[in-house]
Amino acid sequence: MAVVNGKDHAALADVFNKDKARVGWHDETLWFVRQKRDKAAHGIAEWEQLRQTASDIKDHVLSRLSQYLVEFETRAKENGIIVHWAADAEEHNSIVLGLLQKAGVNRMVKSKSMLTEECHLNEFLAKKGIEVIDTDLGERIVQLAEEAPSHIVLPCIHKKKEEIGALFHKHLGTPAGNADPQFLTEAARQHLREKFLTRRVALTGVNFAIAETGEFVVCTNEGNADMGAHLADVHIACMGIEKIIPKREHLGVFLRLLARSATGQPVTTYNSHFKKPRKGAELHVVLVDNGRSRQLARKDFRNSLKCIRCAACFNTCPVYRRSGGHSYHTAIAGPIGSILAPNLDMRQYADLPFASTLCGSCSNVCPVKIDIHDQLYKWRQVLGKEGYVPKSKELGMKGLAMAVNNATMFSVGGKLGRWVMRNTPFVVNNGMNPWFKQREMPEAPKESFREWYAKNRKEG
Amino acid sequence: MSSRDKILAVVAAAQPDALPLPQVGIQPEKRDVVAQFTAVLTGIGGRVWHAADRAEALQRLQEGYTEREQVIVLPDHQDVVDTSMLDPHLLRDVDLAIITASLAVAENGAIWVTDEALVQRVLPFITQNLAVLVPKAALVATMHDAYAAIGKMDYGFGLFIAGPSKTADIEQSLVLGAHGSRSMTVVLLD
Ligand code: SF4
Repeated sequence: MAVVNGKDHAALADVFNKDKARVGWHDETLWFVRQKRDKAAHGIAEWEQLRQTASDIKDHVLSRLSQYLVEFETRAKENGIIVHWAADAEEHNSIVLGLLQKAGVNRMVKSKSMLTEECHLNEFLAKKGIEVIDTDLGERIVQLAEEAPSHIVLPCIHKKKEEIGALFHKHLGTPAGNADPQFLTEAARQHLREKFLTRRVALTGVNFAIAETGEFVVCTNEGNADMGAHLADVHIACMGIEKIIPKREHLGVFLRLLARSATGQPVTTYNSHFKKPRKGAELHVVLVDNGRSRQLARKDFRNSLKCIRCAACFNTCPVYRRSGGHSYHTAIAGPIGSILAPNLDMRQYADLPFASTLCGSCSNVCPVKIDIHDQLYKWRQVLGKEGYVPKSKELGMKGLAMAVNNATMFSVGGKLGRWVMRNTPFVVNNGMNPWFKQREMPEAPKESFREWYAKNRKEG
Repeated sequence: MSSRDKILAVVAAAQPDALPLPQVGIQPEKRDVVAQFTAVLTGIGGRVWHAADRAEALQRLQEGYTEREQVIVLPDHQDVVDTSMLDPHLLRDVDLAIITASLAVAENGAIWVTDEALVQRVLPFITQNLAVLVPKAALVATMHDAYAAIGKMDYGFGLFIAGPSKTADIEQSLVLGAHGSRSMTVVLLD
């Protein structure tokens, strides 16, 4: 298992936890975003009704997904959109490459698309000599830093402004030492405007695709998706097959929930409905499976496909806030990512369902009512059964199995466990406790019941 | 078998028994749409002005944006921005674009336009400043009302805009003017 330089979530969280001040800042900032979400949600009297409706619509879609995909394709084609299908990441990447080659270009602009992160499109295209510029500010920052986004809505939330200032100084020529967010954003605006004006192909993600009309909706605050798409000759929109909703009117439900859940805004600044290509331009949609149909077949995990990628579950998660997005070593971090990733690769992501306290806060904020913490718990069972339980957990589980079979082992294991807790609390609380770095460990009793009983029997 | 057919077959086999499609049963409620629209749009960095009619609105915008050099007013300058004639890149130096919307939403400060009102889709993004004329009668309370008004409308491109372009990607500090327009002024017409 486990995967960034051989490190699993617990080990990677340790790396993040080295900088105490940063962990504190990260934790507080995301909690602040969570509070903004609460305020926005509480401002809508029918919030719970909206969540239920959204959840029911998504459940319905998953139960008729094949029909809706065909309906979407039919309508989209009537609208003049060219529709492609990709069974996996590899096929997705080669479709995009093919479109770039057909357009005769070796560079493009791209707005936020977690799907292309999941497919490692940028790395693939780089190897083929294609330059991709990420245009969402946060994504551009992590791209310059040669890192992956650490959060699906706030890609560079792990970075301090001084680091961003230094990156911009190096790559964009801003004055050394300037770390003013306003100034740096303006520098990025100028830098990226030139890219928008010169690139002939633009790739965007998709937030919602409407079966009834064959249109799709892209939501941004910055306007980067639109700057790219409306200036390019070719617009490629990549979407997972689970992004379909039945009717246009359902956007009323989802757009009311999305931004409020994500950042506490009443709606994203730009909500663009792409129905037909611009005159003289090409519009492509790539429908990607990449394991989604497999997840759909897993009864216990299928409703993770209802996710609208608002990241509310990230912001509220005590583990995410204190371990950072990179510790999840997958494109989509946080609680929902920990359910999606094992579906892609059980061995590689076996540690992630354990990166949770199962406190349930994620399920409480989720706008589409995914039972996130229950699914994390269920993944632990599945992974255990399939033999993918991570090493750090394996020890405890094996110990448990032996204890059941062997009374002597139980006594030794128990004694050793208590000895470690009493004498090296630091190790238990930080290095070996893989669930939650700052969780209080119970105080170890000096004597176990068994020892006490044996002693008292002798003495008595 | 093509990937399309393969995906559809696997999905069809994986999907559970059909569940019902719920009705969106959110009841419309009465509210002061002008007051709410104004409060919300102001809260997200936009501005709300009032004018008796279009002529007065344009007059006020002219006075308010004196230093602007390239101003595009639609539909007055429709020819200039004509889709078939013009390369959208030529709009790169527009300082102020004035468009008209026939629908706006009180709960989130958003205005709705389609490419009919924009002529060029990139216009409200590439312009440095955006002004939108909205008749007061075009205000609705919620997004449900908005989609009810949009109905089955056929368009090539439709767009809700709520405020100026913004980002908080650097340490969560809010900055207006990320890639799209730096300001958004809505003039409500009586
Ligand atoms: S699982 Fe729910 S809360 Fe988490 S990102 Fe998806 S929709 Fe948002």
